[in-house]
Amino acid sequence: MGNMFTATVNVTLKDSVLDPQGQTTLQATNSLGILMVKDVRVGKYFVLKIDTADKAVAEAKVKELCDKLLTNPVIEKYEIISLRGTST
Amino acid sequence: MKAAVIVFPGSNCDSDCWHVLNDVIKTKVEYVWHKENSLPNTDLVVLPGGFSYGDYLRTGAIARFSPVMRAVQEHAKAGKPVLGICNGFQILLETGLLPGAMLRNRSLRFVCKFVHLKTENNKSIFTNRLKKDELLKVPIAHGEGNYFCDEQTLETLESKNRIVFRYASETGELGDRFNPNGSLSHIAGILNEKGNIFGMMPHPERASEDILGSRDGRKIWESILNGLNA
Repeated sequence: MGNMFTATVNVTLKDSVLDPQGQTTLQATNSLGILMVKDVRVGKYFVLKIDTADKAVAEAKVKELCDKLLTNPVIEKYEIISLRGTST
Repeated sequence: MKAAVIVFPGSNCDSDCWHVLNDVIKTKVEYVWHKENSLPNTDLVVLPGGFSYGDYLRTGAIARFSPVMRAVQEHAKAGKPVLGICNGFQILLETGLLPGAMLRNRSLRFVCKFVHLKTENNKSIFTNRLKKDELLKVPIAHGEGNYFCDEQTLETLESKNRIVFRYASETGELGDRFNPNGSLSHIAGILNEKGNIFGMMPHPERASEDILGSRDGRKIWESILNGLNA
């Protein structure tokens, strides 16, 4: 029985960066007749399992990974949606 | 001149580059598998086009971690020439050897067609056989060639003459309708500060012989040869 953490992370383009996928999805949304949707941003969702009992360590590693691999900081930003401990 | 073409899993323009270097430009060239920890004795490193690692995560994002990239970075830091074409350009951006990043094409379509490039900088080792403003007909083939960088970086690229090629009309006019992917400032290729690292989205190796519809790309290879022998 070990302690693990599960982190979920969203990666999206920065607000200042035009999102062609989001814009096209918005057009299709409007084509469906749903006009109240005014903006769409498309991103990626990651679920990470981290083998540590220390939440601070888990969080630091997730951040490091986001900075070095999961995002390209020139165009993308990330948000850690959750970081929960789970027993295995 | 000796050249090395790096081969990643998913590279698909490696043979084209090898062919042009070997058979058209007549230089010594060898393939280097991405698992190698060192480069052979070489003057030029070519990062070819393709879809390294299936474009997983982001184009070029995983290739950056291939063992050979450490040696490529040392080669680059020593001031020796590195040419990244298409996916090779994307890898150079992800590695941080060139500034900026690639976004999906404005149209969201994979665009595969001949375009015209306007030569903005003909002083680099990659373009010394070209005239200023010379137009080259060279094909593109990419889904993510929409170059992006922050304003400050763009200003630096402009003021230091590091934008080598811009997309243009066949008469050399600049404008959104001649820009195939939405690239910032119509950028098709840029140099690093030292001028020894060059990334471009169009494929000169696919336009170096008459049978392919254009031989304009050959001038880039000849420039490198000329620049290295000079």
